[in-house]
Amino acid sequence: MNAYQEFKIIGSRPVRPDGLDKVTGRARYGADLNMQGQLYGHVVRSPHAHAVIKSIDCSEALAMEGVLAVMTGEDLAIPGDQMLGSGEGAMALRDVVPMVMSQGKVLFHSQAVAAVAATSPELAAEAARAVEVVYEVLPSVTDIHAALAPDAPILHHDRFPDGYPEEPTNLATHISLTVGDPDAAFDKADVVVEQTYSVPMCHQGYIEPQACVARVDAVGRVDLWCCTQGHFTVRHFTSAVTGIDLGKITVTASEIGGGFGGKTTVYLEPLAVVLAQKSGRPVKLVMDRGDVFRATGPAPGAETRVKLGATRDGKLVAADVECLMDSGAYNGAPAGIAAFMATACYKFTDARSTGRSVYTNKPKIHAYRAPSIPQVTLGFELAITELAAALQMDPLEFRYLNAVEEGDANMMGAPYNRIGLKECLEVARNHRHYKSAVAEGAGRGIAMGYWINAGMQSSATLNVIADGHVAILTGSPDIGGSRASMALMAAEVLGIPFEHIHPQVAATDAVGHTDLTGGSRTTLATGQAVIQAAEQCVLEMCRRAAAEWEVEPGVVTWSQGAAHYAEHSLTFEALANRAGTMGGPLTFSSSLTAASAAPAFAVHICDAEVDKDTGRTTITRYTAIQDAGKAIHPDYVEGQMQGGAVQGIGWALNEEYLYNDEGVLENPGFLDYRIPVASDLPFIDTVIVEVPNPLHPFGVKGVGEVPIVPPMPAIAEAVYQATGVRFRDLPLNPPKIVAGLCKA
Amino acid sequence: MNKPLNKMAVQATINGESTVFLCSPGQVLAEVLRDELELIGTKIGCNTGDCGACSVLVDDRLVCSCLVLAAEVEGRSVQTVEGIANGGELHPVQQKLLEHGGLQCGICTPGVVVAAKALLEHNPDPTEEQARYWLAGNLCRCTGYDKIIRAVLDAAKTIREEAA
Repeated sequence: MNAYQEFKIIGSRPVRPDGLDKVTGRARYGADLNMQGQLYGHVVRSPHAHAVIKSIDCSEALAMEGVLAVMTGEDLAIPGDQMLGSGEGAMALRDVVPMVMSQGKVLFHSQAVAAVAATSPELAAEAARAVEVVYEVLPSVTDIHAALAPDAPILHHDRFPDGYPEEPTNLATHISLTVGDPDAAFDKADVVVEQTYSVPMCHQGYIEPQACVARVDAVGRVDLWCCTQGHFTVRHFTSAVTGIDLGKITVTASEIGGGFGGKTTVYLEPLAVVLAQKSGRPVKLVMDRGDVFRATGPAPGAETRVKLGATRDGKLVAADVECLMDSGAYNGAPAGIAAFMATACYKFTDARSTGRSVYTNKPKIHAYRAPSIPQVTLGFELAITELAAALQMDPLEFRYLNAVEEGDANMMGAPYNRIGLKECLEVARNHRHYKSAVAEGAGRGIAMGYWINAGMQSSATLNVIADGHVAILTGSPDIGGSRASMALMAAEVLGIPFEHIHPQVAATDAVGHTDLTGGSRTTLATGQAVIQAAEQCVLEMCRRAAAEWEVEPGVVTWSQGAAHYAEHSLTFEALANRAGTMGGPLTFSSSLTAASAAPAFAVHICDAEVDKDTGRTTITRYTAIQDAGKAIHPDYVEGQMQGGAVQGIGWALNEEYLYNDEGVLENPGFLDYRIPVASDLPFIDTVIVEVPNPLHPFGVKGVGEVPIVPPMPAIAEAVYQATGVRFRDLPLNPPKIVAGLCKA
Repeated sequence: MNKPLNKMAVQATINGESTVFLCSPGQVLAEVLRDELELIGTKIGCNTGDCGACSVLVDDRLVCSCLVLAAEVEGRSVQTVEGIANGGELHPVQQKLLEHGGLQCGICTPGVVVAAKALLEHNPDPTEEQARYWLAGNLCRCTGYDKIIRAVLDAAKTIREEAA
């Protein structure tokens, strides 16, 4: 039962508080701050995909006039096995440090090996060219199968996955999970499908490159400004990587120009801090677009074998999933999530799921919107569709018959609370899109998706201003409108106008610890901290009104932004105005570890046309349906659904990392790494389904990530329906379509 | 000591104001706007003319300012996102982007504002398809373009109604 059942302002669509600055160009992003007297950093990067660094000579660079500092990996911590909690999962320091700068060995092309700071960007670039690095080049491997071959070059001689003998391998992790007895269960199946599906490595493709500026004062205090999804994470990681005490570092999050999981770690920040420390001057670093593609963590490519069995009446009886994922050069741990969550949309009593990840000479993979799930879901959902076809059942009805609902457990064990998957399928079944005839020559696909959604730690502070306005400080960088949702939630509880609430993202020292903006958790968890702080405010205001009226606090009620008792009332504004004489400043803070997270489910319907001469696929109609629990600001819920769907469309049709034989990325720019543009797309229709989350006071469920999960299988099926040719290997770009049609 | 010696003085009208700035011959307009003139609304997402975040108008022509040398604007008029609103009054494109929620992270928004304004001056009644092709050079990774296109078409309608 939700604490709030009726809403006055939640669910409305006011203009976001930070909108004006963003449409007029005033908003400050990572590269938009300059500190007085700042230097410009430049990173020296490896021209080889795999090499031993024999020596680095910075003396010539340092001797140049205007060059004030140089650094190498020797200036960073030597990492052991210590783990850094990062919110969505811990990372080992030894997997973080080399993505900042290599130490002794480079494992991917464009890995940082040294950095310089100089008085102008041009001079810094010139000095970087003067750094002399001697490499002993080693053979490299970028393909996940080749990396597991017996003759593959080994990336790590000192890492052995659990349960494996101590012999060199590129296998990074191996996780297997079984419920029931899948082998016996397959014997009971009337129809079995087994296929292998693959998805390429791709990039989050945020438009803003990483950028930061750091200053270190005379007593060693660090002031760091950067674009990040989590400035507390940046503080933690920067401290661990540089060895500087956590308490000496303050991080301010700039506005952030997209992240999608990609900005939940550090790349430049520790370098700027070390260079600032060495030079005694502020240092600014901005990543080049090509380096964003070549040297920040992309999403892993994967190959998934799926075997499914069902009875003739359409009941799923067994599943066996095996997912092989690219880890890049260090442990990005993608395979566990894939294995645990592969079957999460379906009822199963007998299933096995295995995940393996492989080291390759590519940047360590990193989170990208529902990390690992789109890859494994391409295979799982397409196999479901292929099984429905083999059973001659409607793909939606087959899903409905087997979809999870409240009380069902997935492979991770805990039963679902009140989830909305079946409700989404019901909306899809009755939607005018699904009921419409498929256009001549087009095809239609349907797919669904799951994402676990996170809770984690959040904090909020609410300061009442004397004129009755309210400042809200949270520790959550606003990546897609969260300040609007925070203000709406505070307005709902306080009963004052939305426009009187001024939400801000506060620096690390100015608000309680807050985990990163990720895991679809910000509106849920940070929102819950805001709700609690606002409730404390209401309680205190009622207490003060009661004291004024000389009655028990319990008899005072709060509604429409005022305290009431009998004929008395005192407005929020009056109580704010008189705070100084009624008990002092009105400041309320709430910090929590949210236990209210609930999983997200989505159903997407896609119509596509394929030009059989050119192989070009056009998405002609697209509908995204999703359970949001309760939509706080529907525009930004729809925006997440549309944006996630389009990222999925890009991944399905075009996006792909292309490496050459030397391990060099051949398409490190938006011209050759083609993300969807406006003219590629139709409007993306959305339906928000609201099955309230019983654990959250407003019924909120996270919404940000799951929209990227269904698109790939929905589109692949639409292409099959349009062409009659089954493609199981993405992306479905024109050359692949033409080749497939020619072979058919 | 950090300024290379071969700087040149360029005179141009920036957002309606006559301005003189120094730049090196190889410096692009986007960099000068941001670093010399502190017009940080012009964003640099790629520096290769692919993303459109640095879109500005030079004598009413829509360009990527990362592909224009600063020296090329000598004697010309440059309009950036900071010059689109009329004082405190937002341009309809800006107002409609706000009303439709046509931005999430907002990094592409300045370029979209400038490009959409140019579209509507060029074609006051664009079809959805025309708006999509005109804005195909402005990459947005957050929104899927849905609410951006709706906002631009709505802004066109507002401008036509105001003119009628």
